[in-house]
Amino acid sequence: MITPTYMDYSATTPVDPRVAEKMGKYLTMEGDFGNAASRSHYYGWQAEKAVDEARSQVADLVGADPREIVWTSGATESNNLAIKGIAHFYHKRGKHIITLKTEHKAVLDTCRQLERDGFEVTYLDPLPNGLLDIDVFKSSIREDTILASIMHVNNEIGVIQDLQAIGDICRENKVFFHVDAAQSAGKIEINLGLLPVDLMSFSAHKIYGPKGMGALYVSRKPRVRLEAQIHGGGHERGMRSGTLATHQIVGMGEAFAIAKAEMKEEGERTQKLRERLLAGFADMEEVVVNGDLDQRIAGNLNISFNYVEGESLMMAISDVAVSSGSACTSASLEPSYVLRALGLTDELAHSSIRFSVGRYTTEQDVDNAIKLVREKVQKLRDLSPLWDMFKDGIDLSSVEWAAH
Amino acid sequence: MAYGKKVLDHYENPRNVGILDKDALNVGTGMVGAPACGDVMRLQIQINDDGVIEEAKFKTYGCGSAIASSSLLTEWVKGKTLDEASQIKNTEIVEELELPPVKIHCSVLAEDAIKAAINDLKSKAS
Repeated sequence: MITPTYMDYSATTPVDPRVAEKMGKYLTMEGDFGNAASRSHYYGWQAEKAVDEARSQVADLVGADPREIVWTSGATESNNLAIKGIAHFYHKRGKHIITLKTEHKAVLDTCRQLERDGFEVTYLDPLPNGLLDIDVFKSSIREDTILASIMHVNNEIGVIQDLQAIGDICRENKVFFHVDAAQSAGKIEINLGLLPVDLMSFSAHKIYGPKGMGALYVSRKPRVRLEAQIHGGGHERGMRSGTLATHQIVGMGEAFAIAKAEMKEEGERTQKLRERLLAGFADMEEVVVNGDLDQRIAGNLNISFNYVEGESLMMAISDVAVSSGSACTSASLEPSYVLRALGLTDELAHSSIRFSVGRYTTEQDVDNAIKLVREKVQKLRDLSPLWDMFKDGIDLSSVEWAAH
Repeated sequence: MAYGKKVLDHYENPRNVGILDKDALNVGTGMVGAPACGDVMRLQIQINDDGVIEEAKFKTYGCGSAIASSSLLTEWVKGKTLDEASQIKNTEIVEELELPPVKIHCSVLAEDAIKAAINDLKSKAS
């Protein structure tokens, strides 16, 4: 069976074979299966050595000290730990948090929970290109603001926020700065030795590591303290209890090390592939790229083909695996909240497709995708009453729809 | 959850895609849904002198299930009178296409569309 071409790298990535091979050495009786916290015997020491090495690998990629890396089950847990951890530890200083409407649900939903606990959260609107408006951010800071959480790279539209500028403002105002870097680590440079960032969330499965594994950077200089969210044996300096999953940690470390070594070359390659893909649609009518094209991660192309609904297009191009911001693809029947926050009309949000290319995407893959998309967009436009109306010069925003 | 076979079939081989002359006295046009909802269906029917639907055409902006629901409807109404066509229930569409719960609203829209087309025809007659 020929499986579809994978172009949904922003959703998840396959584990790199080099990573999988290394992980396999920490599972069975023949491998180093010990509990890293077993301080008194060979099995524990072997596991501990592997964990230490992985901790350095992760720290190296992002310019941090290994002691600043806390292992978690993924970026969702890291986001929870960072946001709830700061809120509950420093709540006497203040109870106001600032974030952006386009954040991942792991951040937004955590903030909602804190609102139920009596915190106040400001959810800022991004600019139409997806970037944070620095002036608006500055003016939203209050005396009682303790935390700002802004993601480095957005998962849907791939735009890159200016961490230096945001962090400087946070420092000036004594606000902790948390960054969700799930989509950026290993793809663009991050130097926490220089950036004014207090906490940063990482994910393994977005960068060719295993799912169910992540980390949280917790700054030591200046010192940041957190209330633990998972209690138990006091692992990870008391910040996150639970026996360390050696094989998962080794996998994340190896994935991050490979990313460090190959980031530049891979970035250039995926950039060219993305540009090739976009060029393939350049002469089509009514095509809109969502999010800033310059301040954007190399592999992401979020694009709307107007008058064609996203899920029908995904079904039509089922030989390519992608995702859409269309309501039809979400269980809630609501279109992408990220695209809505950019100010996109509902129809453009419903018509969006996200292509994300990665390590194993070839030029042939891109060319095949272009051919398929062009053909199917045309076919669906021939099926679409909205395309007819557009061609007849009718202004759709002036129509009174009989919605049910 | 992969796409249903019947839904895919209607998408790959849509029946009755097209336009009828909406100004003709024997043509009824129903346009339902809204771009904001991600679903817009235009269903048109043409009756002969005996009041039987002899032709039906559709165009749909929406997901595969929406396209299939409206396509199926154009197949079903041919050869029916207006009264018979107005009896078609969305649940029959759900059953035929094996639509999952999250897609039932597509069949409801299709039922709305045929009713709107019938109403349009009736208002032309009066």
